[in-house]
Amino acid sequence: MGFWEIFKMALAAMRGNKLRSLLTALGIIFGVGAVIAMISIGQGASKDVSDRISSMGSNMIIVSPMRGTRLTTEDVDTLLERVPSVTNGMPYVRFSVTSKWSNETYDTTVNGVNQDYTTIMSANIATGRLFTKEEVENRERVAVVGGTVVEELFNGKSPLGEKIMLKGQSFTVIGVLESKGSSMGNDSDDVILIPVSVAQRITGSTVVSSIYFKAAGADTAALAVAHITAILNQKFNNRENTFRVTSQDELLETISSTTKTFTIMLGAIAGISLVVGGIGIMNIMLVSVTERTREIGIRKSLGAKRKHIMWQFIIESIFLSVSGGLLGIAFGIGVSRAVTVLAGWATSISVGAIMLSFLFALAVGLFFGVYPAYKAANLDPIVALRHE
Amino acid sequence: MLLQVKDLQKIYMTGENSVAALDGISLSIDEGEYVAIMGPSGSGKSTLMNMLGCLDRPTSGQYILSGEDVSQKSDDELAEIRNKYIGFIFQGFNLLPKLTALENVALPLVYRGVPAKQRLARAQEALQSVGLGNRMHHLPAELSGGQQQRAAIARVLASDPPLVLGDEPTGNLDSRSGSEVMDIFQKLNNEGITIILVTHDQQIASQTKRIIRFRDGMMQSDEKVVS
Repeated sequence: MGFWEIFKMALAAMRGNKLRSLLTALGIIFGVGAVIAMISIGQGASKDVSDRISSMGSNMIIVSPMRGTRLTTEDVDTLLERVPSVTNGMPYVRFSVTSKWSNETYDTTVNGVNQDYTTIMSANIATGRLFTKEEVENRERVAVVGGTVVEELFNGKSPLGEKIMLKGQSFTVIGVLESKGSSMGNDSDDVILIPVSVAQRITGSTVVSSIYFKAAGADTAALAVAHITAILNQKFNNRENTFRVTSQDELLETISSTTKTFTIMLGAIAGISLVVGGIGIMNIMLVSVTERTREIGIRKSLGAKRKHIMWQFIIESIFLSVSGGLLGIAFGIGVSRAVTVLAGWATSISVGAIMLSFLFALAVGLFFGVYPAYKAANLDPIVALRHE
Repeated sequence: MLLQVKDLQKIYMTGENSVAALDGISLSIDEGEYVAIMGPSGSGKSTLMNMLGCLDRPTSGQYILSGEDVSQKSDDELAEIRNKYIGFIFQGFNLLPKLTALENVALPLVYRGVPAKQRLARAQEALQSVGLGNRMHHLPAELSGGQQQRAAIARVLASDPPLVLGDEPTGNLDSRSGSEVMDIFQKLNNEGITIILVTHDQQIASQTKRIIRFRDGMMQSDEKVVS
């Protein structure tokens, strides 16, 4: 008796109990769907974050003061002078502002930066230009705006040459940033750049929010980090928690390991529901074996061997889990699409996750099908025939 | 000789006590015989049927079927013997409720590994021979008791075994359906098939050619029916 015959038998039994089969498969449908949706959300978030960090500029090093300590423009000059492995340095000051143009107002963020902004941050100017070194030194009131500001403040008109008011001072717009888009609710085009010298005059101090450096190459970034750390340790007398130096590589690594953990956790939680679905299958298969005791007795009296009965029930259970798995894949893809469309989250459906959850569903069907099938195969034909 | 049992014993353990359902039975049945086994309930006749049908193994003694000792074979070997050598007719028909008459009749051949086309052809032929040619695609629930029992007989015919065992085959039937079934048995026996019926109905037993009576696990009498 061939595999195909047993398969047809199992299929006929499924057909005879459509609603129950569907309800049983539902556990697997949700399990597989949840695994795929969760992993795709996790991987989407991970990809999104690392893309954003990469777009911030290559070989970038960020120095941030920690509670109670101050870094100033002077530190930028000192470090640039003493660390040969960095090519550019930029003090960075940041504050919120209500910008005004004509009769329009718009709340946005001002970043005080210098002429190396485009180089360090891997940014581009779409139209106009960035301010020059001289303009920074001479505290010229010029500004470069992001795309969102163009839309919101200038209603989409070209802002070049226009005057805007920031904190009561008038700035001439000389450039527009090329769009970097937004991710995870953070709009990188919602920004106005002004010379850091002017920003510090507005805040009234030479303190900076952080300092950005660009290392000469990927291989020298680690060296630069060590060098900068050594110099700043000296400055702060080796006190702990005074500043933090992070290279972009480290940042990427930290974040990707975090999101990886996050993805595995989501997948594992969803995987539990898959196991629960498998227990549902076992439950129904056990009920089914009891209900069909007489059928098993009849089949045995007609010459069915243990393996025939065993395979009939295992195939039923695998059929439930595999069809549930296939529907679950469609369900999971649907859910992650819906999350992208409705919530705007990036999701990334991976073939690996689909294969993994499908094979897992198959294994669950096999694992939880074996015991009921074994029970069925070992029934005594006389007892089974007498069963009402 | 089709089958022979020698000093067959079946002992059931119930706690401390042991009960001998069969206590040293020896008998032989030739090919083409038509035998009724009679006795009150608890006499061991059903236990003997289970032994002869290879559904159970004796505690001791020998059962030789078609020249082969089958008394201590494994479960799967017994399944194969049932499939090839034995056809069962039960009191409760024992058709699978979700299969059509045709599928039910073809089922033993599925386990024998007969290809689908051949299987269905043989099942059709068998159903026609018991007068169910126009009921082949009905489910058992859509058939009368007599028709169901005839379908069960067709299931035996399709697998063409040398030995047919009937366990109160007319017990659930009205007298007309019962006599139809007995007519079919008579016809099969005329064609040379060995039939053993377990019954407590003297009327049925008298239609066979040999009656064996049981009491308390032992053979009480074994006599030819004089017609």
